[in-house]
Amino acid sequence: MTGASGMLGGAVARALVARGDEVTVLQRRPASVEGVRERRGDVRDAAAVAAAVAGQDAVVHLAAKVNVVGPWQEYAATNVDGTRNVVVACRRHRVGRLVHVSSPSVAHAGHALVGVPAEPADPQRARGPYARSKAMAERVALAAADPGRLAVAVLRPHLVWGPGDTQLVARIVARARRGRLPLLGHGAAMMDTTYVDNAAEAVVAAVDRAHVASGEPLVVSNGEPRMISEILAGMCAAAGVPRPQRRVPAGLAVAAGSVVEGAVALRRRLGHDVESDPPITRFLAEQLSTAHWFDQRRTRELLDWRPRVPLDEGFRRLAAWYAEHPDA
Amino acid sequence: MSTPPRPPAGDWPGDLDPAWSRTVESPDAEGTLRRWHLLDTHAARPPAEVAALPTLLCVHGNPTWSYLWRRLLATCPEGWRVIAPDQLGMGFSEPAAGDLDSPRRMAQRVEDLTRLTGTLGLSGPVVAVGHDWGGPVVSGWATRHRELLRGLVLANTALHQDPAVTFSGLIRLARTPALLETVCVRTPTFVHGAAALSRPPLPRAVRAGLLRPYRSPADRGRIGQFVADVPLERDHPTRAELDRVAEAVRELDVPALLLRGPRDPVFTEAHLRDLMARLPQADVHRWEGASHLVTEDRPEYAGTVWAWVAERVDREPAPRRAQPPGPEGVAAADAEPGAAAADGSPRPPWWRQSARADDPATAVVEVASGRTISFAELEADVTAVARGLLSLGVRPGQRVATLVPPGIDLTVLVYACWRIGAVIVVADAGLGLRPLARALRGAGPDVVVGIPAALAATRAMRVPGRRVVAGELAPRLRRALRVEQDLAGLRAAGRRSDADLEAVRRSALDAHGDADCAVLFTSGATGPSKGVVYRLSQLAAQLEVLRETMGFGEHDRFVAAFAPFALYGPALGVPASVPDMDVTAPGTLTAATLADAVSRLGATVVFASPAALASVVRTADELTPGQRQALAGVRRLMSAGAPVPVSLLRRLTGLVPAAELHTPYGMTEALPLTDITLTELEEVGTGDGVCVGRPRPGVELRVRPLPRTPGEPDGDPVTTPGTTGELEVTAAHVKDRYDRLWATQHAATPEPRWHRTGDVGHLDADGRVWVEGRRVHVVHTADGPVTPVGIEQRVETLDAVRQACVAGVGPAGTQQVVVVVVPEEGTPRTPPAPPELAAAVRELAGVPVAAVLCVPALPVDIRHQSKIDRTAVSRWAATVLAGGRAGALVPRRPRLRLRGRRR
Repeated sequence: MTGASGMLGGAVARALVARGDEVTVLQRRPASVEGVRERRGDVRDAAAVAAAVAGQDAVVHLAAKVNVVGPWQEYAATNVDGTRNVVVACRRHRVGRLVHVSSPSVAHAGHALVGVPAEPADPQRARGPYARSKAMAERVALAAADPGRLAVAVLRPHLVWGPGDTQLVARIVARARRGRLPLLGHGAAMMDTTYVDNAAEAVVAAVDRAHVASGEPLVVSNGEPRMISEILAGMCAAAGVPRPQRRVPAGLAVAAGSVVEGAVALRRRLGHDVESDPPITRFLAEQLSTAHWFDQRRTRELLDWRPRVPLDEGFRRLAAWYAEHPDA
Repeated sequence: MSTPPRPPAGDWPGDLDPAWSRTVESPDAEGTLRRWHLLDTHAARPPAEVAALPTLLCVHGNPTWSYLWRRLLATCPEGWRVIAPDQLGMGFSEPAAGDLDSPRRMAQRVEDLTRLTGTLGLSGPVVAVGHDWGGPVVSGWATRHRELLRGLVLANTALHQDPAVTFSGLIRLARTPALLETVCVRTPTFVHGAAALSRPPLPRAVRAGLLRPYRSPADRGRIGQFVADVPLERDHPTRAELDRVAEAVRELDVPALLLRGPRDPVFTEAHLRDLMARLPQADVHRWEGASHLVTEDRPEYAGTVWAWVAERVDREPAPRRAQPPGPEGVAAADAEPGAAAADGSPRPPWWRQSARADDPATAVVEVASGRTISFAELEADVTAVARGLLSLGVRPGQRVATLVPPGIDLTVLVYACWRIGAVIVVADAGLGLRPLARALRGAGPDVVVGIPAALAATRAMRVPGRRVVAGELAPRLRRALRVEQDLAGLRAAGRRSDADLEAVRRSALDAHGDADCAVLFTSGATGPSKGVVYRLSQLAAQLEVLRETMGFGEHDRFVAAFAPFALYGPALGVPASVPDMDVTAPGTLTAATLADAVSRLGATVVFASPAALASVVRTADELTPGQRQALAGVRRLMSAGAPVPVSLLRRLTGLVPAAELHTPYGMTEALPLTDITLTELEEVGTGDGVCVGRPRPGVELRVRPLPRTPGEPDGDPVTTPGTTGELEVTAAHVKDRYDRLWATQHAATPEPRWHRTGDVGHLDADGRVWVEGRRVHVVHTADGPVTPVGIEQRVETLDAVRQACVAGVGPAGTQQVVVVVVPEEGTPRTPPAPPELAAAVRELAGVPVAAVLCVPALPVDIRHQSKIDRTAVSRWAATVLAGGRAGALVPRRPRLRLRGRRR
């Protein structure tokens, strides 16, 4: 496994260990998952990847640079070259199954996605360096599928969240706590999300069903789209912070995002080091104000998997976690 | 002579299989060998091998080419062949002699085609298919190949043009010598214009495909020739051939199918009616909203043609049977079970009215005007008006649109029409103005009888037919509206006549003593309003079922506050009172007006729509003690037209304490089908849907299970309890057919005399029917179909909810259930429901609900003010939930109010 230090990666590693698989993780930093063998290394390092992959039955590739802004070279190196390193290693060491974890953003050009199946990844139209690099990575992974030799399952989990989530949930809660979480438009755009345990079980299912699911991307989600206002409200309620009330017109937010993106680009060109993600980008504004939810039928059929934790149960578990972690 | 364009190797339209392309050398009318290009499903086989196959011979018009027929080729079933030649000089066929000054004539083209089919050796059964000016050509061919011909399909064409009538301004303009060359040849104006007629606009690729052969002025020369050959003038060289063909098709005894896109500026409804007169056996389908290029606007036409071929066309190999089926044979095949007795003299539906011809008792009370008419007066008036209609020239089988508010005039008019075998077209202003206009143009009345406002509206709406005014109209306006007569004039003329009405009427009856008698219209709550044709036998059966359902006895009198039934009183043999209301606006019935209508007649039975009854309940406070007492005499109250909430019925019992409350279930196509009382409704309690009771005697009802995945075939019909599916019914009073909607009728008729209701529901263990909603409103989720009504009823039990509507968003098969509610109090600023309300709705819904939205009001049909347009709600919800801007859910619509005269 690569990328086991993230929320989803950790959940996948624990699930694999729990069912008795022998799990090796390739990590830059300690993964803090009990029962796995850790190898320190970077997916950008082909030799390190090859060494970790050798002798495995299957590889789960989760590692990626996930920020919203930053220099393209960094995204390309980690996401595209890293994936190429994994693919090459799998082929060289005759690994039979690869599960590549991608993102629905690889096929999202900014317009509403309503009950659509997984469209092909499109680096030209994907928004932002993350989505573009993941689109290229997905193509690299799919191109490696080789019936009889290497089965490549590509999963695109959509908006994974859960207890201990430092990305999505923590940021939303932090902003809501400061009263700085506006709703874009009516907040009525419907959004599908994935509770982390469901996503992890889908990845585990893909390890087992890679031969069936090989060669086509599959979006993974709870299959329970809700209005974004309800999702935000659910997370805020779980964390005990007020739900967002303030509204910002969606068009204004998209425009503001464009301006911010431009400002960041300008600062970078002027030689400033821009490390942290800006408060809003065009991509983010579009993501939060247009619907994106997916047809889950093919995913469920090919993976023989169904999400076991419904959205509302997920919110309850999140609330329990916040109750146990009052400082989070 | 220019070189003909060859079928291009590259640049071939993407939706045209190059394997269909065939080139054939065949002599033209003058005997010169010409290279024809045609599309042929069997192009790979030598002509001799496939010459005897059953074949569709498809001829395009101008300025199109065989490309027009590609969908017929693509869907060609096993055992059939489709050939579609490019006419000489058109598409990719070589031109024959002719130029703009002496264009190739229709007679030559018929001969060209004759020689081509001769060269191909066509010897199998042939269905001739034509569009536009391909219609006359293929019809000419058909009349000369009776031995091969098994069917004729004509789309947006004409065989006869009355030279006295101004023909299409467009063609006339293009025909102007000064313009002909510019419009048709030098510039691509004509071909582009023809392609631009399409509604919806043609996809770019299709447009390119249609225009493919006509890129250069040389290619377009032939188009100009076609235009020049349109016989607009009396002495035009082609008129004789066209007239010959137009007469000869009357002799064709093969099945015919006439297809039409009504938005055609060239071929009009009058042309269609002319074709129907020449081919009385023809099935007709009009695709509302489609244009001249009906084959492009309605790709499903191909499926319709094949379904029609399968049902109607005899594909016995030529030579055909010695004894072709004559008109009797056709009639017998069309005869439906349940038709009237074969002795030829079934009682007409209005026999109860006739039986009281001498009865001085009141027949109809018109509360608004204070007029009453006795049965005896009614009979005299009906007879006079009927003879007046005859003297005006109205003939049996002709259609008379009645745009008159319910009351005495309308009653007289309807029974007078029936007396002479005319067909009433009951146009309901409750449809809304524009849908009404579409409905009337579609029905094509020969005569329109209307109040002045209605005549003004129909004039503006280009409704055909001669005009008779019901009421007073100044001479100047009479001329402007082209009014020929008024009701009083008809009466006067009729009194001077002693025409034998019954003899006239009988002349229109078929072998079973049956004939069309009425065209009604569906409410249009789920798509364009459809004309529904009833025959005498079906109307008679309906009246019997109604009498039985209403429990009419000798001393009953009734108030008809529900449009069609306002007419039925005399035929039911029961005095009727028409309340002072706009029957097309049910909200105008108040408790007081109802009570007045009841007391005028001492009525014992009331028939009204749920919206009218809701209005009665709302206005109950206005009742005087006397009015309350009048209502206390009502022994039965019937509500129909849409589902009735039990809560409304309960509140009504306070107003009509002695009455048994009934809610029959049915639709314009079949009414009533079932019936249930309030008592029984309360006994059965709540369930998944609205309980509408048990089928009436003579009604058979079954359930056709829905497929789990949309698009897959339905299951086989069952009568087992608990299975949800589309409800199908048969009964003697089911409609005869949809009017000029063959494909719709075909799709709605699983087997003869059965009707697919479009409603979904189930049967319970006691044989009661539960309606769960309209089939088009079923939400197709990934976990299977979800029906709306049960959910809506559960959600409406919430105090905070006045009304609820289930909508589906997303692609069928992975749709999400959305509940849209009208809150009892307060209109929310934005659509998302408050969290507490959303939680309460989800708690009760019983299925996963993706979103709960709030609106100030839900869109309902105009006629009943109660059928929620869930399709519109779904569209609106989809926009909102995609993050888009959605305007108000309930738009305003123009409508024509037909109000009775007031005191």
